[in-house]
Amino acid sequence: MSKKIILDKESAEFTKKIIELSGEIVTLCEQCGTCSGGCPMCDKAETSPSLMMRMAALGQKEILGSDIIWYCASCYTCTVRCPRGIDISKVAEALRQIILRDSVNRIDLSKLTPAELEKLPQIALVAALRKMTG
Amino acid sequence: MKKIGYYPGCTLKTKAKIFEKTALYTAEKLGYEFIELPNWNCCGAVFSLSSDDLIHHLAPIRNLVRVQDMKEGAFLSEETLVTLCSMCFNTLKRANIRYKNSAEDRSKIKNIMDTESAYQGNVSVLHFLELFKSIEPGSVKLKRKLKGLKVFVYYGCTLLRPKEASLDDAEAPVILERYVETFGAEALSTPFSRLCCGSYQTVNAREKVVELAYKILTSAIESGADAVITACPLCFFNLKDIQNEICAAYPDFKGIPVAYFTELSAYALGMDPGEWDEEPGFIKTALAQTGEKKIKR
Amino acid sequence: MSKKDIMGEIAKANSSVIKGVDKSEIKHWANIYIMGQRYEVPADLTIMQAMEYAGFRFIHSCGCRAGFCGACSTIYRLKGDYRLKTAMACQTRVEEGMFLVQLPFSPAVKPRWNIEKTGYEDGAFLAYFPEIARCVSCNTCTKACPQDLQVMDYIQAALRGDFKKVSELSFDCIQCGMCAVRCPAEIVHYHVAQFGREMYGRYGYPRNAVLDKRVSDIKKGVYDKEFKDLVKKNKDELVKIYKDQLANKDKFIKGG
Repeated sequence: MSKKIILDKESAEFTKKIIELSGEIVTLCEQCGTCSGGCPMCDKAETSPSLMMRMAALGQKEILGSDIIWYCASCYTCTVRCPRGIDISKVAEALRQIILRDSVNRIDLSKLTPAELEKLPQIALVAALRKMTG
Repeated sequence: MKKIGYYPGCTLKTKAKIFEKTALYTAEKLGYEFIELPNWNCCGAVFSLSSDDLIHHLAPIRNLVRVQDMKEGAFLSEETLVTLCSMCFNTLKRANIRYKNSAEDRSKIKNIMDTESAYQGNVSVLHFLELFKSIEPGSVKLKRKLKGLKVFVYYGCTLLRPKEASLDDAEAPVILERYVETFGAEALSTPFSRLCCGSYQTVNAREKVVELAYKILTSAIESGADAVITACPLCFFNLKDIQNEICAAYPDFKGIPVAYFTELSAYALGMDPGEWDEEPGFIKTALAQTGEKKIKR
Repeated sequence: MSKKDIMGEIAKANSSVIKGVDKSEIKHWANIYIMGQRYEVPADLTIMQAMEYAGFRFIHSCGCRAGFCGACSTIYRLKGDYRLKTAMACQTRVEEGMFLVQLPFSPAVKPRWNIEKTGYEDGAFLAYFPEIARCVSCNTCTKACPQDLQVMDYIQAALRGDFKKVSELSFDCIQCGMCAVRCPAEIVHYHVAQFGREMYGRYGYPRNAVLDKRVSDIKKGVYDKEFKDLVKKNKDELVKIYKDQLANKDKFIKGG
């Protein structure tokens, strides 16, 4: 089955937005797959980091619905290994920001009980709320 | 004694008190006086990565302003800030780099922080481990022996990555190994020493963290280690505090003691074991290795 | 000054309330803008008095008129100044070119806590107010506080479970809510502070031995007879006791 990829004004705008927010030229990606190879979350997510990079470069908005952008814990393994020098963690951050800036949060604090909250170290909550709420 | 600005971070004042206590003990024994910043604030734990999001850099920069003010007031020997938590280290160091490198960001941040003194960008952010980078094994006088204790060093992510904020070589670090050897134990590491533990995903994707922690700890056990050491309160939580959840998910998992790297040094330097709320697992193993029955006071 | 003179002075000061303002007596005027509408008001009035002078009638957002209740929160800007300022309308004098609006209430649901059942632990703040972990240390709350409290510092102290610092830094909070409406992290600072003070008061604050002894004496019934005798006294006897006590109040104070 073949899949048709349409590159239009809208997709170009989306890619441009990702480049602006991340400061990284996502179109430099040559799809070598090194990022996916080192990613600790790659086998746990539906989308791999290299697919995320490809979709970002092609301006495909469906990437915003992927789970990899949220499972990325900014461990920077991809960042230090990318042969093209792309900071892939910044691309994931840009995609998260696009969603968060529309006031759509990933974490619902009301789902956590006071007992669970009290057990977590401060550092976990501060980091999770920074990454997953707008 | 050299007076150095010290940034503890939120978790060291709460869930990781032993990390702070043992680090301050170690620093004092090795000739440093840590002066805690007055009115420090949370650094934000994660460095803000998007190009236009400056508001999240206010927190780390505000702490660096405090160091500058303290140096001006002659409370410190130099404009240096030492941190212990690896996430605070990463956030403070990278915010400092971004501030220094971008004139535009500098002026925007100064405009927002109009009630504070302007940050000049001269503070250097160091991790505790960097202070002891040049210490030679054998040069420190130890009170207790850790001979034969095999320690798996776990770096995690933010001590090593990205390269601009790394303590050491991002792929082949030795700084923690050297530290462990300086205090008389044997250091072990595998590629899992640098694998992410899942970090803050522990809040809403615990099962992913359990899986990663299982891999890391299993690698440590298989390498023959008696204990695991870390430099991050979040790694500590994910590797130690949720070991019961790992056991539940992986019945073959046996468990292994986890400690902060400073617990090892404080013990070797002679800190009273009564200072620990709960005796860390590595002490028992250390005593067995050296054939001693009781802890030397 | 005799009693009659004092009453005369008060009547004179309040004459404008009864007879209306004699504009010829007012030397200084100020132009203020209430919700965009310009009003010329006497320059020595407070914002609250000026609004009443302009014809507004407070049926809400006005409480003690003495700067304590925190009901009359006002936000304003001055001409030529980008900064958004906050004030208590009853405590702040109008200024020329003041653009203002009342902000009497900030919508904030207070979590229910039970201090008897809550452990005096580092994580207690986060258990009830996890949003404090969203603080970006922008200091906007501190700048917005009409009481000049170090609001950001006490939120940071709450994050690391420092009940004492939260309690001390927030002690003069009047719960006007200005911090909460300005916060980009959507924290409700004054509820965090109240929780901190209640917890510190219950578990952290040093016990007062004198108070403890008196409470225990009352419980033991040491004063029961005195109380019983007192309720049986008639009015004249009570007046006599009261006057005797006033005359000897130094003795009572020193004697404890």
